[in-house]
Amino acid sequence: MSKTDVSRRGLLKTGAIAGAGVAMPTIFTAQSAHAFTNEPTGGTVTLGFNVPQTGPYADEGADELRAYQLAVEHLNGGGDGGMMNTFSSKALQGNGILGKKVEYVTGDTQTKSDAARASAKSMIEKDGAVMITGGSSSGVAVAVQALCQEAGVIFMAGLTHSNDTTGKDKRANGFRHFFNSYMSGAALAPVLANAYGTDRKAYHLTADYNWGYTTEEAVRSSTEAMGWETVAAVKTPLTQTDFSSYIAPVLQSGADTLVLNHYGGNMVNSLTNAVQFGLRDKLVNGKDFQIVVPLYSRLMAKGAGANVKGIFGSTNWHWSLQDEGSKAFVKSFGTKYGFPPSQAAHTCYVQTLLYADAVERAGSFAPCAVVEALEDYEFDGLGNGKTLYRGDDHQCFKDVLVVKGKENPTSEFDLLEIVEVTPVAQVTYAPDHPQFSGGALGTCNNGA
Amino acid sequence: MDAIILQILNGLDKGSAYALIALGLTLIFGTLGVVNFAHGALFMIGAFCAVTLSRILTLSHTIIDETKTDFLGNPLKVDVPYVHDIFGVAAGNVIIDWAVPLAILFAIPVMIAVGVIMERGLIKHFYKRPHADQILVTFGLAIVLQEVIKYFYGANPIPTPAPEAFKGSFDFGAAVGFDPNLIIYPYWRIIYFFFATLIIGGVFAFLQFTTFGMVVRAGMADRETVGLLGINIDKRFTIMFGIAAAVAGLAGVMYTPINSPNYHMGMDFLVLSFVVVVVGGMGSLPGAVLAGFLLGVLESFASMREVIDIIPGINQIIIYLVAIIILLTRPRGLMGRKGVMED
Amino acid sequence: MFKLEKTDQTLLIVVGILTLFAPFILNPFPEGSAMAQFNAGYPDLMQRFVIFGIFAIGFNILFGLTGYLSFGHAAFLGVGSYAAVWMFKLLSMNVIPAIILSVVVAGLFSLLIGFISLRRSGIYFSILTLAFAQMMFALAYSVLTPITGGETGLQLALDDPRIFGASQTPEGNIPVPGLFGLEMRDSFDLVMGSWVFTFNIGYYFCAMVMIASFYLAIRIFRSPFGLMLRAVKSNQQRMNYTGLNTRPYTLAAFVISGMYAGLAGGLMASMDPLAGAERMQWTASGEVVLMTILGGAGTLIGPVLGAGFIKYFENIFSKINSTILHEWFAFLPDGLEDFIVAILYPFIGKGWHLTLGILFMMVVIFLPGGLVEGGQRIRSWLQKRKSEKNTPNGSTEPAE
Repeated sequence: MSKTDVSRRGLLKTGAIAGAGVAMPTIFTAQSAHAFTNEPTGGTVTLGFNVPQTGPYADEGADELRAYQLAVEHLNGGGDGGMMNTFSSKALQGNGILGKKVEYVTGDTQTKSDAARASAKSMIEKDGAVMITGGSSSGVAVAVQALCQEAGVIFMAGLTHSNDTTGKDKRANGFRHFFNSYMSGAALAPVLANAYGTDRKAYHLTADYNWGYTTEEAVRSSTEAMGWETVAAVKTPLTQTDFSSYIAPVLQSGADTLVLNHYGGNMVNSLTNAVQFGLRDKLVNGKDFQIVVPLYSRLMAKGAGANVKGIFGSTNWHWSLQDEGSKAFVKSFGTKYGFPPSQAAHTCYVQTLLYADAVERAGSFAPCAVVEALEDYEFDGLGNGKTLYRGDDHQCFKDVLVVKGKENPTSEFDLLEIVEVTPVAQVTYAPDHPQFSGGALGTCNNGA
Repeated sequence: MDAIILQILNGLDKGSAYALIALGLTLIFGTLGVVNFAHGALFMIGAFCAVTLSRILTLSHTIIDETKTDFLGNPLKVDVPYVHDIFGVAAGNVIIDWAVPLAILFAIPVMIAVGVIMERGLIKHFYKRPHADQILVTFGLAIVLQEVIKYFYGANPIPTPAPEAFKGSFDFGAAVGFDPNLIIYPYWRIIYFFFATLIIGGVFAFLQFTTFGMVVRAGMADRETVGLLGINIDKRFTIMFGIAAAVAGLAGVMYTPINSPNYHMGMDFLVLSFVVVVVGGMGSLPGAVLAGFLLGVLESFASMREVIDIIPGINQIIIYLVAIIILLTRPRGLMGRKGVMED
Repeated sequence: MFKLEKTDQTLLIVVGILTLFAPFILNPFPEGSAMAQFNAGYPDLMQRFVIFGIFAIGFNILFGLTGYLSFGHAAFLGVGSYAAVWMFKLLSMNVIPAIILSVVVAGLFSLLIGFISLRRSGIYFSILTLAFAQMMFALAYSVLTPITGGETGLQLALDDPRIFGASQTPEGNIPVPGLFGLEMRDSFDLVMGSWVFTFNIGYYFCAMVMIASFYLAIRIFRSPFGLMLRAVKSNQQRMNYTGLNTRPYTLAAFVISGMYAGLAGGLMASMDPLAGAERMQWTASGEVVLMTILGGAGTLIGPVLGAGFIKYFENIFSKINSTILHEWFAFLPDGLEDFIVAILYPFIGKGWHLTLGILFMMVVIFLPGGLVEGGQRIRSWLQKRKSEKNTPNGSTEPAE
């Protein structure tokens, strides 16, 4: 009756010691029946999609989930294949991954690191997921990335913009396709100098947590390098909803530009409040007062409504891009769901494809093999032009978009317009750049 | 000097929102003796009344514009609101533009109905139950209400701007002799402040100068005796619950142009409004209003960068710090009555 | 045995058996079947069940006995986990010193906060504890980032200056917490037919701690000290009039329950070496209140049941997505299948908050004594039926 190892589940499979009950540590490491954690043995492979389904980022999570479902469909040969047709690597056949049909489990991160880890753990321990992906904040990404390193599965980060994810908190089993604070700063600064001149006085409002700190630092250093002066930088609590008391003193400081290092609900509210105060109608130091939002997302733009008009920011990807990859993705996503995908959806879709492709090329699901296949891998056709997955920190290097709130949107999705596609060379930095110092990648972990 | 005037203004504005929510909470607590954790949800529902009305006003039929294309290359579908058809484009746009003020009229009956249904359907059965049970059941209700709203409206904030006429800000500084641009304040926030004072004054006047209010106050002081006098106090308390819900709802409607409403805005305010109520003293209406303004002003001062530079993080904790200090120096908050909610 | 009364002894033994056999009990459905979705017998969730059980047991010592409703108890769990992770970073990966330190640190914090907050009672006490916890959360998330890790949480790193034990494993990874060589995350599987049962060292470690904490809670409940606390609940004024100072008793209860929270925090960090500030937020404090009241405040077993109930929901229901629903109802005709899925979908998966909210309300409305009361009602109903059966004519009226 009793047979060993029929399932695809379990952390640290231990073979036939069932019932022996002698919990000697050696048994667990030496006699593993599996080469690595959750090695898929049947005809299917399970991926874990860990996205916020409750809480303020639930809509962003829902869009990520749509993209994942689309990616799974394409990987299994359904639909029109989307970006698989434009991807420079042709390893993917549309027959799943390594011939195994792709299945998935979903979980709710609640945008809390504890809940996200609990959800990821259940995917690894209960459902036998061999890769975890998703998330909508850097806190969650860093926490889950560390967990995946420990458990010996691959983590393909979703939306996470903090430098720390591939900086001081980088891990060998974790990969980020999304861009980061440094890149936002580097891409924005020249455009801002162009549009607003090089002698601006900037006032920063910064969300009082890690992502806010790295973004402020990045934008400050790149704008100061252009000749801007930073008048003040004030930290605002995460739980703040009304930013009036922080916005009110901006004009008194003599600043003529306001930089809002906020994301999500914080950004929607602070931008709404700033526009409410009529800051953009003012003339300071003989210049029009301007507002800058370093990180844009379409959902945030939607929340802020007409307030985003004419405001500069950066974004990872936008559906109006006209390259073949983007067009193919927008077409299959739009046909399936009826509206264009967000940047979060794009990065999640691409991450899934990249993972599948790396497994195909490596010929194995083993995390270390996947890591090797992804490190210093160059590809094209996934919407951001030629892209490099750098081996030193597992960060993707690609073009970054500088966008502006559109003056005359034609639909509720058409809120941003691309001002400039900043070439990759301009946003590339050395692996040991001070903004990314500390921490070490470590070595890849196969787990069990 | 100008910076301080500005923060006082800002504090009064913030405080008016706090006071308004705390007032509704205290009304319910004072009359019915119920700790209502769903009060934030009522505020949120009020805000979504505005969203709903603006959705109704922009109800549209689609026509196909062959000259333009959408993102997939198909002919663009253009939404035309029915109000354009009925009143013409110009008048229709004005009506849509005024959705938020119009929503006040829409919200009052809706909120009173919500309040009465809540009281008759649920709260009524909890008068005799311990406060912990009241907290738990209303907390459960708050979760249910916000999830229902989320199901229909999504989790993303929904921009609900004020009418075009109230855009921009008023230059206080220039009006009283400072340099221009030093002390400016948005029109809508000024309106919010006056609106809040109006409502607060109205509630006080209603309780103070009408027979109905007198009976309710008598009931707050001694419910049993009033009942023995043959007055149907229960019915009046139900109406008071409806009024409290309407106060919370109106606070929500007027708040929508200040911050785009989302489904968890009630929870964001809940803890804060309880702190306000307790600092004011449980069951005291003037206490709730006073504490609302006090905490609003102090919060504004704590967010000045000169202050943060001296005490980093003070803006994160000021409300709670003040609450602790007040509760330790004044055992029952600013104006609390002895024996209320002390066991 | 154990110096307990007979009923308590039975309760302890039942709880002991349930926790020890949890890997079996929580995995009733065969692997790969449609119902396997409802299996909860994987290490992480089992650990959470017992850890939050400890947290709720401790909370109940304060709330259930004295009636003081603390709305900031999660703060002690938070400082407990921070203390444990710092211990891992600086001293050793052994869980014992980490847990000891987290209990001590939580005890010190609760002594300070309790000393101040217990000067007030009722809702004023609740708001004071809430204020302290919110301050700790806000500061830990922002200005104290160097100590707490802020948004990303406090984590282990490859270059931690650990006094005992290496900074890295030979393979270049971060070592995992253990107990004298037994790694907390190690587990082995028992495969029986199509069932798989997972036995995890960390879980059994937590389970042992929980049984010990449960035993201690019983002793406290039955002690003269416990009686004194109950007296405080029923009428503190009268206690004071009799010339008795109740403050030391309530403070002791507060500190004990704070230390329980610290213990839970330390265990959490030992199972998963990360400590995040969200653990201290008011919603987390509210969660333990809900657990306790939902299970049955003032009862011994109630809080543990409530903790299990909520954690089960959070981890199992949130993972059901529409694809799984469609699989379940695939046997139905297409139209009917879509209809049923459309009706159920708002309540599961991303709608799990909604279902939880409705269930809360149901329990509070119909079972004021929590799940324990539900159990008692079922038992008395069964007994009534049994006694009805025993009387053949169905009449239980006394003879005249």
